[in-house]
Amino acid sequence: MSISPEQVLKVSRLARLELSDDELATMTAQLSQVVDYVDQLSELNTDDVVPMAHALDLTNVFVVDQVAESLERSQALANAPHADGECYLVPAVMGD
Amino acid sequence: MSEPYTMVVGLEVHVQLATASKLFCRCSTRFGAEPNTQTCPLCIGLPGALPVMNREAYELGLKAALGLNLEIPRFTKWDRKSYYYPDLPKGYQISQYDLPMSQNGYLEIRDPKGRFETRRIGINRAHLEEDAGKSLHDEAGAVADSRIDLNRCGTPLLEIVSEPDIRSPFEAKAYLSELKLLLTFLNVSDCNMQEGSLRVDANVNLHIDGPDGQVATPIVEVKNMNSFRAVERALTYEAARQYDAWQETGQAKGDVPKQTRGWDDTAGVTHGMRHKEESSDYPYFPDPDLVPVTVTDEEIEQVRQSLGALPAALRDRLQTEFGLSDYDSDVIVGQGPALVEYYLDLAQATGDGKLASNWVQQDVMRYLNDQAIAVADYPVRPDQLAELLTKVKVGELDTSRGRQVLEHMLAAGGTAAEAVEHLGIKQVDAGEEVELCRELLAANPQIVADLQAGKLKAAGALIGMAKKTNPNVNPGRVREIAIELANQWDT
Repeated sequence: MSISPEQVLKVSRLARLELSDDELATMTAQLSQVVDYVDQLSELNTDDVVPMAHALDLTNVFVVDQVAESLERSQALANAPHADGECYLVPAVMGD
Repeated sequence: MSEPYTMVVGLEVHVQLATASKLFCRCSTRFGAEPNTQTCPLCIGLPGALPVMNREAYELGLKAALGLNLEIPRFTKWDRKSYYYPDLPKGYQISQYDLPMSQNGYLEIRDPKGRFETRRIGINRAHLEEDAGKSLHDEAGAVADSRIDLNRCGTPLLEIVSEPDIRSPFEAKAYLSELKLLLTFLNVSDCNMQEGSLRVDANVNLHIDGPDGQVATPIVEVKNMNSFRAVERALTYEAARQYDAWQETGQAKGDVPKQTRGWDDTAGVTHGMRHKEESSDYPYFPDPDLVPVTVTDEEIEQVRQSLGALPAALRDRLQTEFGLSDYDSDVIVGQGPALVEYYLDLAQATGDGKLASNWVQQDVMRYLNDQAIAVADYPVRPDQLAELLTKVKVGELDTSRGRQVLEHMLAAGGTAAEAVEHLGIKQVDAGEEVELCRELLAANPQIVADLQAGKLKAAGALIGMAKKTNPNVNPGRVREIAIELANQWDT
C-alpha cells in the first residue's frame, strides 16, 4: 500500500477531520487506491515533456478594476448556520 | 553594539494594493464598511463562483516589483494554499507558490546619521495573493462566539519577502521605512498600518560564537507588530530572549520546530503561539480556475518608464543639484512626493536650494504638522514663497521679518509684496541707518567701548534699540555699521 495510516492521520488533522480507527483503516485503503491509480502515470517517460501550469492553453484573462454591486448582507448571511444579522458566528476561535 | 551574537532577521511584509475592487471579483476594497456588506459568492466561498484576475492589481504589483529591483519572470501562475480557518471560507487562499510574479531584488537602506553602513537588503520575492477575512473576537466574554466579517476576503496583497540580511532592530526599522516610502512614491499602496494596509512579520534568530564554533538559535516568527516602532522593540526583546533561552537550554536550530510568537505591545514581550506548520502542510497546488499570466519585455519596459523619480534618486538629486546635506535631503524626501515637488518648485524659483530647504523644514513642515494638513492644502504656493525668499536672499528682509511676512501670508493670503506693504515694512535707506547708529552710539559710550574691545555681543543691544526706533531697520546691516563706526569712533 502506498499510503500509511500516519500520513492519513496527518492529512485528516490538516483537514480538521476526526477519524475513528475503522474510518482510518478504510480511508488508508481507499486513498492508497486513488494514489496508486494516479501513479500509473509515472510509467510514462516524460523526460522531453515541458511541465504544464494549466490545462487550458490560455493566458492573461483580466478584467478592468471597476467596482460592481456586492450581495445584500442578508443574502450573504442567509446560508450561515449562525449569524447575528451583521456577522457570521462561529465557535470562539482559540489559539489552536 | 557589542552583543556576543549576530542577529539575523528576515521580514515578510504584506501591503494592500490600491485598487478599487478586489483581486478576483468586483467587490469594493473600501476600508471601514459595515461588516459583510462588500462580499459576493466568490468572497464567501459559494460553490461554482469563479475568480477573474484584476488587471490593475497585477500592474501595481509590477510597479512595486520593479521599484524593488526585482526580476520579472515572463510567466507566472496562481496556486491554492489550503488551510482551514473561519475567516477563509473557501478553505484555501489564492496565492503564488513556485512561479511568483517577481524574484531576486534588493532595497538599499541607509542612515544619514551614520549609525549603520548603507546596505543592500536582498529581496527574495514579491508575489500577489488575496487577503482573508477578519475575526472579531469578543474581548470581554471568553465563551461567546467569534464574529466573522468577510469584507476583506479577496483584497489584493503583495507579499514582499526579504532575505535574512537584516542585522539589527534599527536596520529592520530602516528597511520598513524605506519600503513604505518607496511604495508611497510608486503610489501602489497607502501603506496605512492602522487600517492593515501594511503588515509585518519577522523571522529572527541569533548566530552565536560558541566555544565549539558558531551556533544558530531556533528561528522564531514574530507576529502582531502594529507599528515600525513595535517591530524595533519586538526584535530587541526577542534577541535578548533567545540569547537567554540558549544559555539556559542550549537548544539550537533544528532541535525544536519553528515557533511563532506574538508581540504584546503593552507588556513589551513576545508570547508563544502555535508551532509553525511546514510549508508542505499547506497543501499547495495550481489553481485550475485561473489561467497563468505572461508579460512581454515591452510591457515591463513600459511600466519601468512610468515609475517616476524614486526616493534614492531624489536624495541624490537634492544633494548634487541643490547642494543639500545627506540629512536634509533625507528629511525632505522622507515627507513624500508632494513635499518633494513643493521643495523642487521652491528651490528652482529661489535659486538657492539650501535657503529653500531651511524654510521648507522649519516653516512649511512645522505649519503642516501643527495644522495636521497635507502639502496640497498649504496656503502659500511655492512661487509665492519664492518671492518672499528672494527678498530674504538679497537682504531686503531679515529672517525674522521674513517669518512675520510668511505668517501674514498664511493668515491673510496674498503675495509677499502685499504682506510687506500691509505690515508697513519699508526698506530703510542705508544713510538713515548710519545716522541712527551714530546717534545711538553717541548716547551709549559703553557699547562703543565694548565694540572697540572686540566684545561684539554689545552690538545686539544696539540692534534692539535701533529696532525700537525704527522696526524696519535691517539688523545685519545695523550690526555691520555699528561695528565699523565704533572702530572709527573718536573718543
